[in-house]
Amino acid sequence: MVDKLRDNAALRRIVALADHREFMILYIIVLGIIGLTYAKPEFLSKPSLAAVMLSLTAQSIIAIGMTILLVSGTFDLSVGSTFALAGTVTAIWLRSGMPAPMAIGFGLAIGILIGLVNGLIITELRINAFITTLGMMGLVRGLMMVVSGGRNISELPASFNAFGQGELIPGVQNPIVISIVLIVVSDFLLRRSRFFRQSYYIGGNEAAAILSGINVKRVKVFNFALVGFLAALAGIIITARFGSASTTAGKGLELKVISAAIIGGASLKGGAGTILGSLLGAVLMSIIISSITLLGIDPNWVDFVIGAALLLAVMADATGRKAREAPG
Amino acid sequence: MPDSPDSQTVLEVRDVVKTFPGVRALDNVCFELRKGEVHALVGENGAGKSTLMHVLGGVLSPEAGEIFLDGRPFGPANPHAAADEGVCVVFQELSLSPNLSVAENIFAHRQPVRWKWPDLIDRRLLHERTGAILERFELQMDPATPVRNLPVALRQVVEILKAISQEPRILILDEPTSSLTAVETGLLFENIRQLKAQGTSVIYISHHLPEIFEIANRVTVMRDGRNVATCDVTDVTEDEIVRKRGGGEVSDRYGRRETPVGSEGFRSEGGRRGEAFDDVSFSVGRGEIVGMAGLAGSGRTELARAIFGAEPLDAGRLYVDEKPVTVRSPGQAIANRIGYLTEERKAQGLFMRMSVRQNCVAPVLGSFANRWGLMNEKAITALAARSRAEFGIVTPSVNQEVGNLSGGNQQKVLLAMWIDAGPLLLIADEPTRGVDVGAKSEIYRRLRALAADGVGILLISSELPEVLGLGDRILVMRAGRIAGRFEADQATEEKLIACATGIGAGSNPT
Repeated sequence: MVDKLRDNAALRRIVALADHREFMILYIIVLGIIGLTYAKPEFLSKPSLAAVMLSLTAQSIIAIGMTILLVSGTFDLSVGSTFALAGTVTAIWLRSGMPAPMAIGFGLAIGILIGLVNGLIITELRINAFITTLGMMGLVRGLMMVVSGGRNISELPASFNAFGQGELIPGVQNPIVISIVLIVVSDFLLRRSRFFRQSYYIGGNEAAAILSGINVKRVKVFNFALVGFLAALAGIIITARFGSASTTAGKGLELKVISAAIIGGASLKGGAGTILGSLLGAVLMSIIISSITLLGIDPNWVDFVIGAALLLAVMADATGRKAREAPG
Repeated sequence: MPDSPDSQTVLEVRDVVKTFPGVRALDNVCFELRKGEVHALVGENGAGKSTLMHVLGGVLSPEAGEIFLDGRPFGPANPHAAADEGVCVVFQELSLSPNLSVAENIFAHRQPVRWKWPDLIDRRLLHERTGAILERFELQMDPATPVRNLPVALRQVVEILKAISQEPRILILDEPTSSLTAVETGLLFENIRQLKAQGTSVIYISHHLPEIFEIANRVTVMRDGRNVATCDVTDVTEDEIVRKRGGGEVSDRYGRRETPVGSEGFRSEGGRRGEAFDDVSFSVGRGEIVGMAGLAGSGRTELARAIFGAEPLDAGRLYVDEKPVTVRSPGQAIANRIGYLTEERKAQGLFMRMSVRQNCVAPVLGSFANRWGLMNEKAITALAARSRAEFGIVTPSVNQEVGNLSGGNQQKVLLAMWIDAGPLLLIADEPTRGVDVGAKSEIYRRLRALAADGVGILLISSELPEVLGLGDRILVMRAGRIAGRFEADQATEEKLIACATGIGAGSNPT
């Protein structure tokens, strides 16, 4: 009977879909939204939704790069600091009269540079990613404090602020548009492009990837540069959105992004994960946070609940895997 | 007999030198490969075969010497460059990504794409081509199956298909049959013959000499980084090759029982685990070697892991020295004096980044701790030094990382660590996979000696001569059950194969 069901291609596809992490999270998210709307109808109001989505933009843009890194079996702890430094130096350059496109370009270049340095230290000197990017996290944040003098930088040119506050699509703020476009394109590429798929081979079995003719070092360095670029981009967008670069921006962002990706199916061991999954992980976390505030629960519970969600996700994954592997 | 190939040379290696710290791995090696021939490469581990293959495959670059492909200098910078020139290597260590599908593994980094940028993979074409390639081994599986769901033998087939699919002009196979069953080996040889007929040249590395006589045209013997002889296979005998290679004589490699089998040392009654095996009852006497044959996937390894407590038994009882024992973890198994030499030396057996001495004491850490829980480092070093001398482990020091030793020496470390643990039953799962003939004889001798000391041994092996040569009794597993029991003097390879596959006469269901 069960065998007959398995023979049915369409059914098999549905079962396979339900097996996917993305599907499970989506299910939880939909349940959460229904529950929350039922309890607090104002959750579905436009300002409330816009606030949720806006709070997700920085996280989701960085999650793209972080997911690709996790897939290739590594990660970057310095993204929160890069996020802050790029926003700050762009703001400083703008205040000194540099034209906006140039300031943005330089800010992005700094992000790429930080990523390149991370990648080269890790691949060429073979220092592990945790130590390298932990050091870089401190170094970059320190650099940001020095150049900003420890002060927030505001009163930025209107032309720049328009980049973060305008609405290319009427009714939807630019940061949301930019992050959605980036997510859609990158998710597709990571699934389907031969170049990006190399990361799955590297994370799955690095030695095997080398023997398969994949230039592992080059791909890894590229991935670090990409996450640096995306972190800087997010930092600049958020600076424009708020019209000010904050010195505390991006603190703890790296762990939030990694947590979301893990909840979404990525693994610190590499070889697994999708950008859509990571995005859904981030959405789930932000719905949990919104529900705590909306339902009037003591906000001190936020960290506790997020930590519990992460543990639950990995535990569910481990039990699921055990069950699947059991009939060897 | 092999048909005579064209005598046109496609690949020529001249005086190639490659050194590693302390070793001259390739010492002025010369080698010539003709179009459409199968050229076997034999030699003990450490003779330089793998190094030569890595040089040809673009993994290593030589320090001196020249290589010519079709008369033009050939020096690939990486495996990709070698493949571009038509030189493909099937590496002995599996080079697959477990999470990815069969199709994506076979076409790793060569997936058909629609456009140059974005280089989107054409899934339909990818799966179509994979299906066509799987046909070569009469496989009907879904190209989207993740490799981690395949048994080891099929993974090896995927590995081979990955190379064949690149339509190489020169195919290099390193111990391709070490985890294949007889059926798959037959299909591999058929494929090699087809490739040969199409003009592909094959370099075939194997420890398994009968294979060489079956498939190769010529054979080159390597020893200590040099090529010592090259000749047509029709001009040599197995014994001559063994002598040139520097191993012992073939005859009497397995030794003989010198002490009688004692009382029952171990018994399993009605062992069952999930769908892996059921109703497994057998005993092993003190000092007895019980061989266990069976195809990959017949439940042999699952049985071994369950007896060792690495996976739970769903039903059945175990007895050591005729007393019932509870084994729910490897720790309990060791405490009940059951030892397990795993078939996956690197993945499960050894701590590759740790030293020889630390590996030697891994199963018996507790017995080296004093009452404060501190380790007696001196005693550990003494034990390791003794094991090294006793087992002939070739290493500059017991502080050497195990990962730096050759396969045969790694296997000796694994054996030493389990013998030091003092088992009453030792389960040896493929104890000689991927080790050279010299190390094999050493391992057989150690197993014999161990049996003479009163240890019962359950020897699981795919190499039938080994099972027949060492076993006092032989059990054959098929589809999770013991399908046949033989006394050693009544068993033959044909009978064991018939019983393991359930095909043909001589199967002996109990």
